[in-house]
Amino acid sequence: MSTINIIGAGLAGLSAAIELAKRGLPCCLISRMRSERAQSVLAEGGINAALDVMGEGDTTAEHLSDTLRGGVYLADPNAAAGLTEAAPELVRWLLRLGVPFQTENGRLIQRNFGGQKKKRTAYAKSSTGKALMTALIDEARKYEASGLIRRLPHHSLLRLSLSGGVCDGAVIRDLYAGGTLLCPGPVILALGGMNGLFPGMTTGTTQNTGDGLAAVFAQGAELANLEMLQYHPTTVAVTGKRLLISEAARGEGGRLFVMRGGARWYFMEELYPELANLMPRDVISREMARLSGDHACEGPFYLDLTGLPRETWQKRLPDLREEIRQYLKLDPAREPVPVSPGIHFFMGGLWVDEAHRTSIPGLYAAGECACQYHGANRLGGNSLLAALYGGLVAAGSAACEPGGNAEPRPLPEEPEPRVSPAFAHALGETLRAGLDVLRDGAGLRAALDRLSGLGPQTEAERARLDLGRAMLLSALAREESRGAHTRTDFPARDDGRFRKTTVAALRGGEVKITFREIPERRVTKP
Amino acid sequence: MRIEILRRASGEEKARWQRFSYEPASEAETVATALTRLNEREPLRDEEGREVPPIRWDCSCLQKKCGACAMVVNGRPRLACEALLTDYPKGLRLEPLRKFPVVADLVVDRSVLFENLEKLRLWLEAEPARTDAAVETAYEASRCLQCGCCLEVCPNFAPGGPFAGMAAAVPMTRLLVQLPSSERKELAALYRGHIYEGCGKSLACREICPAGIDVEAMLVSSNAIAVWKRLNRR
Repeated sequence: MSTINIIGAGLAGLSAAIELAKRGLPCCLISRMRSERAQSVLAEGGINAALDVMGEGDTTAEHLSDTLRGGVYLADPNAAAGLTEAAPELVRWLLRLGVPFQTENGRLIQRNFGGQKKKRTAYAKSSTGKALMTALIDEARKYEASGLIRRLPHHSLLRLSLSGGVCDGAVIRDLYAGGTLLCPGPVILALGGMNGLFPGMTTGTTQNTGDGLAAVFAQGAELANLEMLQYHPTTVAVTGKRLLISEAARGEGGRLFVMRGGARWYFMEELYPELANLMPRDVISREMARLSGDHACEGPFYLDLTGLPRETWQKRLPDLREEIRQYLKLDPAREPVPVSPGIHFFMGGLWVDEAHRTSIPGLYAAGECACQYHGANRLGGNSLLAALYGGLVAAGSAACEPGGNAEPRPLPEEPEPRVSPAFAHALGETLRAGLDVLRDGAGLRAALDRLSGLGPQTEAERARLDLGRAMLLSALAREESRGAHTRTDFPARDDGRFRKTTVAALRGGEVKITFREIPERRVTKP
Repeated sequence: MRIEILRRASGEEKARWQRFSYEPASEAETVATALTRLNEREPLRDEEGREVPPIRWDCSCLQKKCGACAMVVNGRPRLACEALLTDYPKGLRLEPLRKFPVVADLVVDRSVLFENLEKLRLWLEAEPARTDAAVETAYEASRCLQCGCCLEVCPNFAPGGPFAGMAAAVPMTRLLVQLPSSERKELAALYRGHIYEGCGKSLACREICPAGIDVEAMLVSSNAIAVWKRLNRR
């Protein structure tokens, strides 16, 4: 058996490590910072599972159909079926680990979330990710004590070790001491999203730079659906980032409005009477982008939470109220919160199959850095689920790899990969302009032109630039509108040409874009 | 404004103060904003115009949910992302946390936090009980950031000593309240030895916790389970 190297100690990485340990397999859990600092702790609203505890007759089949419809049929239906069918048992496992999901008289309760009619989201007030991570960190600690999980905190991925096109290790750098290490064995990437491509413009953490993904892209790994950026409709610019106002706020009764003709217009309720403020995120952000160009609408959009009962604030959203007070200096129980769409999640990432194998043998990926389950738009409550489940599946697949049990060994020290803040900002602003909620060919081509003038000075800057270019080219190639990708020059959905996965690869220094068929739904399980 | 930072390239080096002048662009700026903006200066120069390397500090979420950016701000441990510059009209003095080894500048190695949690065997070996009250306490306890601010102000905590401090007591409470009484004997003994007997009840940690955890309630809960209810049962 081989020691498996997991890069990233957020939810997906932890989940993979625990799954391997349960099977008695050793792993190195490598991360820039400890799990407590991972972006997973920011997840607020909850985790979806058709447990049917609310007496609404919820089923996993319905969770699957909501997930596929929410992703506008771009997700692999077999993978998504595996996800939604596994969800109830995964949440029961989390309960056994002591995750303090909300209960009433000792019984688990679930809340409404976007794109789903049934109450399907289990939650721990408005800090579900934190509560879940705390329990999983404790569970991983049990295996750290027994020696199965070996943590290498304060290390970052430099690149893969490749032999004959097969990944046989990870080359990592010690951020404290500066040394370089080769960790032999298969690799599971759990790197998180590509926030670093949009510095200060996302709701995520600064640690998810996207540089690990850029490095493996430069080494030939295929990336998928990079054009699918999730703009969350309710974010607010604060200093250094965008602050997320959880979808749970709308799940608990929050309403969006804009001023029109001197009066409040609750536009989602009028435009989409059935799901209203709980339409999927892509739909709401698109409506907001369109209405902001409508001269009849005045001023910012607001999230109105003033009608929420006091008990909801106390029992279900206490952290959210505190956070809004701290960073926006207003009390959401008394006045509406001005919001606008902001980049929140990357549906795209490393191309993986149902077993979480990437295009490079020996390399697996899970969590936000992998393109799986969410199609063209992710449903709220499915990211924690997908990170947890994806980690398990990737671990199960990597566990089948042959190989020796070699120890990490030092390599000659290398300088720290450097991306200058000025370069990062110039790239970010260019990408953000080209890849707005509403985009078109002219804007994307203009952004590509501007990229050519950026002049990268280091290898890390070149890799980041290529990743950004791949994102723009993916968006340019998809000549249709679907989910998070709205082309004003191609407003219709085109299933014939584009109900396919966009695949980007770097070949001979050039970014190549192709489209790959999405697997058909199997009638029976394999 | 003037920002003074205690700097060293590595833990072995002697630390020295370096001064920078900085103008906040808005009243919403925090210490984290200032450090980010200073590092955006290429090259970075100190107040005397000397070119100096970028300032090393840990930063991740920027919304006080990850604990990465804990440091000593004008003598008091805080998260850089919640410390508003307007709170410091006379200027800033930034130092690394003092109870952990310094890696460089404001970065410290907080490994001892996690080593203590492992020594105290903080994981569940049995299925938790689920009452609404236990879930409430477990939720509150699970919010601990492992930032280390509470240890910084604790008169009883010293790295390597038997007392593990509030950074271990809070996670322990999560487990103690959820474990069925038949399953918590070992953990209760560890609590008595490494928390109860070492805590001087100064409660300095209560004022300092950036997550605002009600640490007193955590102690009350765990003391009841691990100490006095057990005595009463005799």
